[in-house]
Amino acid sequence: MAENDKIIDEVVANDYKYGFTTNIEQEFAAVGLSEDTVRFISAKKEEPEWMLEWRLKAYKAWLKMEQPKWQNVHFPEIDFQSIIYYAAQKKKKVINSLDDVDPEIRNTYDKLGIPIQEQKLLAGVAVDYVMDSESVITTFRESLKEKGIIFCSISEAIRVQPELVKKYLGSVVPQRDNYYAALNSAVFSDGSFVYIPKGVRCPMELSTYFRINAENTGQFERTLIIADEGSYVSYLEGCTAPMRDENQLHAAVVELVTHDNAEIKYSTVQNWYPGDKEGKGGIYNFVTKRGICQGKNSKISWTQVETGSAITWKYPSCILKGDNSIGEFYSVAVTNNYQQADTGTKMIHIGKNTKSRIVSKGISAGKSQNSYRGQVQVHRTADNAYNSSQCDSLLIGDKCGAHTFPYLEIKNSTGKVEHEATTSKIGEDLLFYCNQRGLTNEEAVSMIINGYCKEVFKQLPMEFMVEAQKLLSISLEGSVG
Amino acid sequence: MLSIKNLNVGIAEKQILKDFNLEIKPGEIHAIMGPNGTGKSTLASTLAGKEDYEVLSGEVTFNGKNLLEMSADERAREGVFLAFQYPVEIPGVSTTNFMKAAVNAKRKHQGLEPMDAKDFLKLMREKMALVEMNKEFTSRSVNEGFSGGEKKRNEIFQMAMLEPTLCLLDETDSGLDIDALRIVANGVNKLRDDKRSFLVITHYQRLLNYIVPDYVHVMYGGKIVKSGGKELALKLEEQGYDWIKEENSELV
Ligand SMILES: Nc1ncnc2c1ncn2[C@@H]1O[C@H](COP(=O)(O)OP(=O)(O)O)[C@@H](O)[C@H]1O
Ligand SMILES: [Mg+2]
Repeated sequence: MAENDKIIDEVVANDYKYGFTTNIEQEFAAVGLSEDTVRFISAKKEEPEWMLEWRLKAYKAWLKMEQPKWQNVHFPEIDFQSIIYYAAQKKKKVINSLDDVDPEIRNTYDKLGIPIQEQKLLAGVAVDYVMDSESVITTFRESLKEKGIIFCSISEAIRVQPELVKKYLGSVVPQRDNYYAALNSAVFSDGSFVYIPKGVRCPMELSTYFRINAENTGQFERTLIIADEGSYVSYLEGCTAPMRDENQLHAAVVELVTHDNAEIKYSTVQNWYPGDKEGKGGIYNFVTKRGICQGKNSKISWTQVETGSAITWKYPSCILKGDNSIGEFYSVAVTNNYQQADTGTKMIHIGKNTKSRIVSKGISAGKSQNSYRGQVQVHRTADNAYNSSQCDSLLIGDKCGAHTFPYLEIKNSTGKVEHEATTSKIGEDLLFYCNQRGLTNEEAVSMIINGYCKEVFKQLPMEFMVEAQKLLSISLEGSVG
Repeated sequence: MLSIKNLNVGIAEKQILKDFNLEIKPGEIHAIMGPNGTGKSTLASTLAGKEDYEVLSGEVTFNGKNLLEMSADERAREGVFLAFQYPVEIPGVSTTNFMKAAVNAKRKHQGLEPMDAKDFLKLMREKMALVEMNKEFTSRSVNEGFSGGEKKRNEIFQMAMLEPTLCLLDETDSGLDIDALRIVANGVNKLRDDKRSFLVITHYQRLLNYIVPDYVHVMYGGKIVKSGGKELALKLEEQGYDWIKEENSELV
């Protein structure tokens, strides 16, 4: 066998760099899921009665539902009775300054390379750090408050902003939307809540770092972002997780709402533990993300860079209801070793003159499988709708797979739908060409990947872009040579 | 500067180069001609370090160093350049970014700082002029959608950028019309100096009207069977390879 073939075969000597555990006392719910679990979680969070009712309704819906099987991913049956549905830090205290933050957590920040002090000062990022299920710190609250912006944990919002939560929670992703959304609705532990009032431009990027920390604890984050008329917000979600042997389920729900002339930009850099070289362990990431452009001229833009998880199942979508509204989806999904990803988007055109743009860049290495699944719906009411989709696949080596499943449902033909797809490969000849110009395999791959993903990267805020590039290099380290 | 001694090379269990010998001194241009499938590209690829080619025995010394011990990228940084017979497309990477990475990889190897952006662009402009390359090519992805001739020109442009000491040209003239041929040859001639050596693989004598070689070698059955001056190329042009094949029928 050719030497380079062998090299491509020696897939990934790259150990997960962020694999460490933070040692903080936990408070767990009993293992398994029942009505009592739902009541326990609600009680723990001191929720009002209406919230408990809402959760129970979701739980009952979930009991009648079945796990979806249509995705192009394969994994052993999940035993939902072996999961712990709630873990919170024992010592609860109010944190006013960073000095009050648990040193263990500070240490975690350091290992992740996120100097919060610096981030605070330099980048102007308010970091709402979710350690397991509990928000531990929220900075910049004051300056946001001045503008009337609400940025807090969803638990707090349930207590303090019940009317807003009642109005919007489940309005974009209904409880019975899908199996995992129903599960999330029943047992969600925490997450972020953002409300931007009329005419306000959020002066800084809002950011949350998620981290799965407790062994065997499913993570059920719930995020709700509302941009009122004429407002703007950019929200960053990033996460890394410690190394684990057992599969961990993550089933988050994110809901976005934009009113007239409002815009939400939602960016994700996701790097959860993908499992080891043999495909053991790793996070199952089954996420429901959806936004609705409720108002005229509003815009929702999803940008995601996905490098982690053993299995990813995720379709950030836009419902373009308001006339002239715009939906965007920019995605880089990397799979290596035995990772499986089935990801894409749905653009649902309802309003007139609505526009959507899809740019999907899949990168497969090792023995991984990477599927793009995209749906464009143009409803009867959507005159002059326009969609452009660009779906590219890049293969590294010849043991991996890329699949594209575009679905079109056009009920109004006054508009235009454009689809373009390409597949390229980083093979031996390409690597040798780069070698011959003096580049090592690593340098060549990193250069090619960055060029290939440029269109998506440039959608990210500056500091996130750097982080994303780093993550990509890390996750493809050793995929050749 | 390059010394090849008794080189035997095989690929896929088949021996291609057989006791191959060649000496190239600084500043010399050597042309290699020969029928298809005789091992010319194998020679170029082996010198450049392509791993598919298995060196069975022999020695290759380049500027006093054992070339065969170096990886392909090391050889490139040490000053070996191969202008490919079939240049590869690099999706999503502009020629500018590609050259920036390559130039800086070489500079790092020499213990130099990365080139400053202004100097780099100046260098790009200068070398583009050398092969009369249009500016728009540098912002397009490397070789993507380039015509055959444009790809070859891009090879010579890259060669000019990287300033190698040993230039291997594998059928750079194939598929070029007469204007492109002249441009490519001019580019090469401008890069000629008393330290830089060339190994020019070609099928056609016409290239050697423009790039005048010091030596012409005829390769057949995996080795050089005849060497001479530039007049040897003319004879091959007139008489073809049949007389070579007859003289060396025992080699195949
Ligand atoms: N990858 C390969 N696998 C098997 N045989 C090869 C390979 N590459 C070249 N060869 C064989 O090696 C011989 C020499 O090829 P090459 O060096 O390309 O010749 P030339 O450049 O002189 O036309 C040919 O017989 C060719 O078929
Ligand atoms: Mg050849």
